[in-house]
Amino acid sequence: MDLTDQQIERYSRHIILEQIGGTGQAKLLDSKVLIVGAGGLGSPAGLYLAAAGVGTIGIIDADTVDMTNLQRQIIHHTADLNVNKVDSARAKMEAINPDVTVKTYHTWAKADNIREIIRDYDFVIDGTDNFPAKFLINDACYFERKAFSHAGILRFDGQLITILPGETTCYRCIFETPPPANAVPSCSQAGVLGVLAGVIGSLQATEAVKYVLGIGELLTGVLLTYNALTMQFRRINLNRNPNCVLCGDSPKITELKDEEQPVCDLKKD
Amino acid sequence: MKLVVNGSEVETKDGLTVSELLVEQNVKMPEMVSVEVDGQIVPREDFDATALKDGGKVEFLYFMGGGGGLN
Repeated sequence: MDLTDQQIERYSRHIILEQIGGTGQAKLLDSKVLIVGAGGLGSPAGLYLAAAGVGTIGIIDADTVDMTNLQRQIIHHTADLNVNKVDSARAKMEAINPDVTVKTYHTWAKADNIREIIRDYDFVIDGTDNFPAKFLINDACYFERKAFSHAGILRFDGQLITILPGETTCYRCIFETPPPANAVPSCSQAGVLGVLAGVIGSLQATEAVKYVLGIGELLTGVLLTYNALTMQFRRINLNRNPNCVLCGDSPKITELKDEEQPVCDLKKD
Repeated sequence: MKLVVNGSEVETKDGLTVSELLVEQNVKMPEMVSVEVDGQIVPREDFDATALKDGGKVEFLYFMGGGGGLN
């Protein structure tokens, strides 16, 4: 792919980086990243990936923009209230960078649609807000052998890990099944610092860019945790689990299923 | 004996089990925690039977579900 003069100017701060250059920028323009969830994590991830010139960005979400989203879901503006999140997100990404093709999926990720969707992409960002979806993405990416970034945020804490399915520690290596429904506080019950979504979602976007470019060291086999109050990052090394029900020595999960777990009250008040 | 729990040194009685450590560390919802001891995830059903050893490195790993739209 030859860059146009305008692209050389737009991406000049990437292109002067030794690890990226014109070749790397062309790789980004040729890459496809899927973001599942146009919410707190998906917002900064989508904005930065669009700005970076990731050529195709897919975004899945069935929800509409709600007033309580605006405190942290920075891809949505006040004028977007009640608009489909995927449409709101697409408008901002296209406004930042006309080089980017945004594909929208106005649906919830489920066992019967997710594999087909992720198959077209190079890398997946899990920006979902519930455990059934997080387990579904982990399992679907395993069956499709698709690299992805998992993350979660709550109150003042966030954590993330990059997973190369079948090669590095997966979500089920750490957590076998979703927690009991009544045990899980949601952000609506427990609260979440808005800017935390920006920190963690931006780290997920960083991993996507590194993966596409093949540079640096991915956050594999390491859970990175962050606490905004103490400003401490911790790297927790996590080995693959031979007893993992998905990617272990004797897997129990052999096909994709939805987790039947009403993790918390996902309906708005 | 000494353990390193989530990066901090903790003094405990000898032979403490994972279940006992969860209580001692005031983990209110153990069902929300996976436990890694010296690099290996301990199966939940083994929490009671797994005794910790001096110098052991323990990580409590918490479920964290937020990040998207609704919650």
